[in-house]
Amino acid sequence: MNDMTPVKTSPKDWETDQEVRWCPGCGDYAILKAVQRTMPELGVKPENTVFVSGIGCSSRFPYYMETYGFHTIHGRACAVATGVKLANPELDVWIITGDGDALSIGGNHTMHLLRRNLNCQILLFNNEIYGLTKGQYSPTSREGTKTPSTPFGSVDRPATPCAFALGSGARFLARAIDTHKNLPNVLKAAHAHQGAAFVEIFQNCIVYNADVFADFTDKANAAPNQLWLEDGKPVLFDGGNKGIALDRDKLQLKVVEVVDGDWQAAGVIVHDVTNRSVAHMLIELRLQDGFPVALGVIFDDPRPTFDSAVIAQNVAVSKGKTPDLQGLLAKGQTWTVEKENTVFG
Amino acid sequence: MASVAQTLGTGTAGTIQNDESIVVRFAGDSGDGMQLTGGQFTLSSALAGNDFATFPDFPAEIRAPQGTTFGVSAFQINFGSGAIDTPGDAPDVLVAMNPAALKTNVGNLKPGGLIIADEGEFGARNLAKAGYEVNPLEDGSLAKWQLVKFNISQLTLEAVKPFGLGNKEALRCKNMWTLGLALWMFDRDRQPLIDWLNGKFKKNQVLADANIAALNAGHAYGETIEIGGQVKRHHVNPASVAPGLYRTITGAEAVAFGLVAGAQLASMPMFFGGYPITPASSILHYLSNLKEYGITTFQAEDEIAAIASAIGASYAGQLGVTSSSGPGIALKGEAIGLAIMTELPLVIVNSQRGGPSTGLPTKTEQSDLYQAVYGRNGDAPLPVIAARSPSDAFDCAIEAVRIAVQYMTPVMLLTDGYIGNAAEPWAVPDMSTYKPFPVKFLDEVPEAGFKPYSRDAKLARPWVKPGTPGLIHRIGGIEKQVDTGHLDYSPANHQAMTDIRKAKVDGIAHGVPEQDVTLGAAGGKLAVVGWGSTYGAIHQAVSRARAKGLDVSQIHVRHIWPLPTNLGELLKSYDKVIVPEMNTGQFKTVLRDQYLIDAKPVNKVSGQPFTIAELEAAIEEALA
Ligand code: SF4
Repeated sequence: MNDMTPVKTSPKDWETDQEVRWCPGCGDYAILKAVQRTMPELGVKPENTVFVSGIGCSSRFPYYMETYGFHTIHGRACAVATGVKLANPELDVWIITGDGDALSIGGNHTMHLLRRNLNCQILLFNNEIYGLTKGQYSPTSREGTKTPSTPFGSVDRPATPCAFALGSGARFLARAIDTHKNLPNVLKAAHAHQGAAFVEIFQNCIVYNADVFADFTDKANAAPNQLWLEDGKPVLFDGGNKGIALDRDKLQLKVVEVVDGDWQAAGVIVHDVTNRSVAHMLIELRLQDGFPVALGVIFDDPRPTFDSAVIAQNVAVSKGKTPDLQGLLAKGQTWTVEKENTVFG
Repeated sequence: MASVAQTLGTGTAGTIQNDESIVVRFAGDSGDGMQLTGGQFTLSSALAGNDFATFPDFPAEIRAPQGTTFGVSAFQINFGSGAIDTPGDAPDVLVAMNPAALKTNVGNLKPGGLIIADEGEFGARNLAKAGYEVNPLEDGSLAKWQLVKFNISQLTLEAVKPFGLGNKEALRCKNMWTLGLALWMFDRDRQPLIDWLNGKFKKNQVLADANIAALNAGHAYGETIEIGGQVKRHHVNPASVAPGLYRTITGAEAVAFGLVAGAQLASMPMFFGGYPITPASSILHYLSNLKEYGITTFQAEDEIAAIASAIGASYAGQLGVTSSSGPGIALKGEAIGLAIMTELPLVIVNSQRGGPSTGLPTKTEQSDLYQAVYGRNGDAPLPVIAARSPSDAFDCAIEAVRIAVQYMTPVMLLTDGYIGNAAEPWAVPDMSTYKPFPVKFLDEVPEAGFKPYSRDAKLARPWVKPGTPGLIHRIGGIEKQVDTGHLDYSPANHQAMTDIRKAKVDGIAHGVPEQDVTLGAAGGKLAVVGWGSTYGAIHQAVSRARAKGLDVSQIHVRHIWPLPTNLGELLKSYDKVIVPEMNTGQFKTVLRDQYLIDAKPVNKVSGQPFTIAELEAAIEEALA
């Protein structure tokens, strides 16, 4: 933004008059509310904000935000957003996508947007299912998921969105849960990051994949199974009774008991959002292996953005050159015919 | 009068034959530098004041195995003192740098035409690679042509000996030796070439000197063989052209310049999203060098991202442009539909090549017309413009930009591999004679309130840049309500919006010139209707047929969709209509469908342009 003066808005200012059409009880409602609550805190102007989406339940999102919005085609939100941002880097661009949209049909664009590091926020609503097309398994569905297209259970191994993003070169990774109170904080951190900020939001599809995340999102399971990361803080969970330490022999993370709050004695590591190696290990922690799910800002280490590099080069190579179309047309292999048939090279 | 071909090899020493036009074809291995030789010979023709048309014909392989027939690269030029519309049906002169080049090209040489062969390359290995059992230079099989052979390789090595180059580097000068001979043959000044070589090898004077020595040696050799009377010199007088500044231009350059000009006339910065594909990549290359004109180029990860980013840029308030060839356009299909649905300006350039699938990447064809006019899901009308020649591509690109921004629609501009690569002389246009069409964004709430899908007289919706206060709205590919643009699946609304989208594109026909008769009379026995790069061949064929007294006219259509309003009536004023196309009859089908006329196809899908003779025959057959 050119004008950095924070703008005063209320959550209401970010709501449209459009009827929201998600299924009752869908996790998307909670995410929409969280985003509308977060926007005023960012101090940005609705007219400078653009929400770009692909296709899928989540991709209806822009219609409900009182900002500029572009509901594009399946898988291509990242590509459209790249054009938007390069054409006008002043715009604050948010991409709304889902597991099928971003990792299946649009996987290529997601990878390249992250690699290039376009300055934008990508919110990937992961519900591990195709909702809009009525419940087929998705690239993040777990093995054995029974759906209309996999009546005997899926046999292919799921993708891990954050691992895909990190492998693609993402410089910001975060995870959140649709209904969790920490979502706005994660969104704020994503917005503060200069560059592509990749946020995976576990979203409950109540119709086709209800409670698929309940193992760690349910209140009863939250404490032992949610690992909320904070930069500079020890990596603790389960009310501080457990922590994550480095198994130096195997070079992998392990769960340790913390006695009397003495996490240092237990060897618990301190979260450093700029540590890419540890970020790799954190996103691979799986419930079935006895680990909690890493949540919050996992990795945040900015690099120069694609849009700023493009603009900088446009400016640099144009320096000292005056656009002169007439001159351009007359360049190269030219000759003049003065009178008929008299040629001058 | 003896034909050019007949006199080429049989002249008397010391005289220079005057000719109206001559067709020369340089053919050699991909590594022999034939395109460069052809390009420089073209410049020399331009400086001699000739009109000309060229046809670069190169293999799909980047470095095909040396000496093979599929590694042959050729460059044909037709230059003359009269108007030249095509690169010529059949060469008068064939320069063959190896057996493979001879084998693949000699069949088309005019009877009595001249073959200049580098016999140094006709050793056993190269002969075998080309599939010759006996040396054709020795066995009399070339008797119907004039054959002149000498060891160009050896002569070049000798000429550049003083410069101490390695054998490989020295042999690279062969093409300059050959060019030197050609300059002598056609009575051309060497100095511009010497200047050019000095410029090209600025950083390596030895290479510059060696190439110049080879050029001079080739020229001097001409003088020697002239003494033997083997090869005759020819002179082609300058063509009478209007005074002014000229340059050579290829279709790809013309498209790039036309887009820049269009963006300037629209007062718009341009965003170009592209993905490498033959033969369209050069447009991306040209534009990437012109950033000071407010152009951002983006090499996307694929064809879909190329167009999607251009759509995003148009949405954000720049002129979005993308270009590709048939296979890439197929990938862009869904996104073209999005641009139609969201009614955003966009220019899509298709440099057509032989298809289907990968097809013939380096060969020309016009077989993407159905794809352009019909190739999308849903009722998705798209304006389509076709360029007839390299220089025409400049004006067509401007026209594509104008229609895109004035009607808020994607526009397809069709060129093809032939137009893209061929060069012709171009009278540099005076940009002050072009009428600007500056874009006016909607930037405040209109009195009657803001509706994103309200319409102006052209049925175009307002263009609003995100960032504009008070005009916040959302767009997308889902059917939207008339005026408000809100989601609306209702039956009456979809009917209404489909009708509006069609009426808008149909209406473009009222904003373009009526179809003219390119050559001949309005009404008569036969109309030859063409589009795109067949223009030159049709023009020559019709003009020759008319010279013979035949009642035939040429109608060449630029606006493929929507068609000019008077075209139906015009076509009905002829007894017969034939439609030559480098496809199996696509435009013919469109004309039949639109006007219920009995248009007859004349088709060629060999990857090569029509020859004039083929079209003359088609005209005579139609009138028989
Ligand atoms: S199908 Fe699932 S994801 Fe889609 S709106 Fe309904 S609950 Fe939400």
